[in-house]
Amino acid sequence: MYKCLKNMHITFYICMLTFVAPIARADWFALNMTRGITDISNEVFELHMLIFWICVAIGVAVFSVMFYSIYAHTKKKNPVPAKFHENHKLEIAWTIIPFLILIAMAVPASKTLVKIYDDTAGDINIQVTGYQWKWQYQYLEDDISFFANLSTDLDEIYNLVPKGENYLQEVDEMVVIPAGKKIRFLITANDVIHSWWLPAFAIKQDAIPGFVNTAWTIVEEPGIYRGRCTELCGKNHGFMPIVVKVVEQDEYDEWVLNKRNEAMKLAELTTKDWTAQELVSRGQEIYDVNCVACHQVSGQGITGIFPALAGSDIVMNDKERNIEILMEGVQGAAMNSFSYLSEVELASVITYTRQSWGNAEKGDGEIVIPKDIVDYKEPKI
Amino acid sequence: MSAVIENHHEDHDHGPAKGITRWLYTTNHKDIGTLYLWFSFAMFLIGGAMAMIIRAELFQPGMQIVEPEFYNQMITLHGLIMIFGGVMPAFVGLANWLVPMMIGAPDMALPRMNNLSFWILPFAFLILLSSLFMEGGAPNFGWTFYAPLSTTYAPPSVTFFIFSVHIMGASSIMGAINVVVTIMNMRAPGVGLMKMPLFVWSWLITAYLLIAVMPVLAGAVTMMLMDIHFGTSFFNAAGGGDPVLFQHIFWFFGHPEVYIMILPAFGIVSHIIETFSRKQLFGYSSMVWAMLSIAILSFVVWAHHMFTVGLPLAAEIFFMWATMLIAVPTGVKVFNWVATMFRGSLTFETPMLFAIAFVVLFTIGGLSGLMLAIVPADFQYHDTYFVVAHFHYVLVPGAIFSIMAAVYYWIPKWSGNMYDERLGKLHFWLSFVGVNVTFFPQHFIGLAGMPRRYPDYSLQFADWNMVSSVGAFLFGFSQLLFLFIVLKTVMGGKKATSQVWDGARGLEWTVASPAPYHTFSTPPKVD
Repeated sequence: MYKCLKNMHITFYICMLTFVAPIARADWFALNMTRGITDISNEVFELHMLIFWICVAIGVAVFSVMFYSIYAHTKKKNPVPAKFHENHKLEIAWTIIPFLILIAMAVPASKTLVKIYDDTAGDINIQVTGYQWKWQYQYLEDDISFFANLSTDLDEIYNLVPKGENYLQEVDEMVVIPAGKKIRFLITANDVIHSWWLPAFAIKQDAIPGFVNTAWTIVEEPGIYRGRCTELCGKNHGFMPIVVKVVEQDEYDEWVLNKRNEAMKLAELTTKDWTAQELVSRGQEIYDVNCVACHQVSGQGITGIFPALAGSDIVMNDKERNIEILMEGVQGAAMNSFSYLSEVELASVITYTRQSWGNAEKGDGEIVIPKDIVDYKEPKI
Repeated sequence: MSAVIENHHEDHDHGPAKGITRWLYTTNHKDIGTLYLWFSFAMFLIGGAMAMIIRAELFQPGMQIVEPEFYNQMITLHGLIMIFGGVMPAFVGLANWLVPMMIGAPDMALPRMNNLSFWILPFAFLILLSSLFMEGGAPNFGWTFYAPLSTTYAPPSVTFFIFSVHIMGASSIMGAINVVVTIMNMRAPGVGLMKMPLFVWSWLITAYLLIAVMPVLAGAVTMMLMDIHFGTSFFNAAGGGDPVLFQHIFWFFGHPEVYIMILPAFGIVSHIIETFSRKQLFGYSSMVWAMLSIAILSFVVWAHHMFTVGLPLAAEIFFMWATMLIAVPTGVKVFNWVATMFRGSLTFETPMLFAIAFVVLFTIGGLSGLMLAIVPADFQYHDTYFVVAHFHYVLVPGAIFSIMAAVYYWIPKWSGNMYDERLGKLHFWLSFVGVNVTFFPQHFIGLAGMPRRYPDYSLQFADWNMVSSVGAFLFGFSQLLFLFIVLKTVMGGKKATSQVWDGARGLEWTVASPAPYHTFSTPPKVD
């Protein structure tokens, strides 16, 4: 339906997007939990349906007696109320019977829980770290590490262009895992509490700074599975989705190889001679992903919470402190350490902030090269 | 229970002072009850306006009306204002009006403290609301204010939030002590503990819960204050602290708090169902025991709010079983209400409509609570809209419907005038439809996978969110009708008799309508 609208006036276009798009796109039949694709998620689904039908049965029983009274025992039909106000047998019955139903329910639930808590090592162990507002994935055996950021365009969020099929559930880099292997996730966080939820695997574990929680899964079916952050973690809580791609083993091996090559290429970049222009353009990409949420596109920050970088004395004139803040974070403030970024990324993003918003003209205009970061990391005597 | 009242000497008692000082200096339980009720109504409308902003933003996918930062401030303030400003003060207001009249006491036991406990409340909420205009904005970390989002990462206004919570806590503790002391010492001769009306029982238990857990909340916010300003690391992992500790402390307060907001509702609904069934309440003593067991169990189930934080297996199983156990006494209460209606002689005035809706919809909320207790399933429900649907079902058609039922039921006694039955019923049906259209679809949204506290969402959640928003607007605007009905009743209307409802039982129905400024200066004689 968007094609026929393409040539019309932009405001009409936005109107249509605003009011018609959700109706045209969405799903009236998304009513129930999905079964998921693992043995555990199936068991969880069965438990959910069991307790659901028990609740329905209880509800129907109780409400039908009540509605019968509402129908049959009105003042008109039953002018003289009955006199009873206790019945010990009945009261004992409706204490004991629910108790037994609950036990019948709690036993299978406990059994499934014991299975979920099987905490033996996986074939592949992936450390998942929550950041405001992205996820980091580190493959502990393969030395692979990357961040997954929301890839939905801001224009889609602000209704300027049509929303894509995977609006708010797409990322710039998916977690890739092989089918049929036991994957263990070691879940933690770097700043505030997040929660890593993948409904198809029935995994939801809070990512808590200072703690490592574990969860595991074995997925047989290749495919792309989507999840979300489920613990309020600040402004962009709704904008840090999770996407896992399950592939066959050989495809996975190839992916691992590619990731390693990428890492090597990045290492080579560190020793390259950089121009200010190269650093700035690379830095802008890094800034847009990592910094813009707080410090804003304009570098103005948000008054009272996130300091402005435009016109900041540190950014303009104090290269050493500038590097130090990115490496160590600021104690007691929302600014965390970004030392997990590569030397090239750090140098370019710092250079970008030092060269943008008039900072270069007002300050010393110096650039930071990857070597500066390497030097900073050298043990200080 | 029957009573003989000697009312004649009360006619020459002094009445209320004139002007604003009547309200500022009052130590009269009825005046203070009125103040509490109007205050909570004001907060209900403010918190409701915030809910309207939330639902307007969620009307469709995309960011339309507010920014995510402000959205988070709205969800935080909406929760805090509705809980601490809407529901709790409304119940305290009802306790003030009703407890002394129900037990045949002349007033609350500690009238000056009663005045203080009310008058610090407006300041608490002024401080909280003023944070909206501060640099960095209002608290934005959810009403559960989990550290470290509420400490290291909080806006500067968090300090004002902490102060405001301290004041609310002090007010609640004072109110609770007052209720306990009144009930324990001022019952008229013959009103034994097991003869007390259930509303009085429910408030006695609630008051003990408040005294037990409000200091825990105060402790939690004080630890936050220390972390923020005095360099401690209670909740800061980098300093050796423990963010999960915060959740344990918070929910040790938070779960009993849930029952603080529902026990008085149990009391109210018991009275109303009894009255309009024209039949003695079924199972009085089992009602009392059920409330006591719910209250005691509420201290050993807190971690069911934390099933996903990585508790040990044994803890998960313990808290699952303990939580499910609560369904037993809760079930007993529901069965008792139904048995009271059974073979009664029912009429359906507005309070009864609200009370019946309470039983049905609270039960639905209770059943979804049972589902949430199943730990493996909770891994899928936790922090989704399923939870939002669950707690709104127990709080809106639960706690709030019971408050509305109470207002319709007792307002003839308070004001001396009957409310407009036709408008009351209209208000009920609009609210009933509105509440269900708002919150029922949220079960679907949650099961389909939408987390709570999201300012924007993927397209598969769009349809039911839109329905939910439409319901919310209907419910929200219907409450202006409630305001109108209350004002209309206070200002005039058909005069009420002292009995008001032909099936009503209890001492409050033995005094004139409107209730004289001072009642039971001499204790009534109760058989």
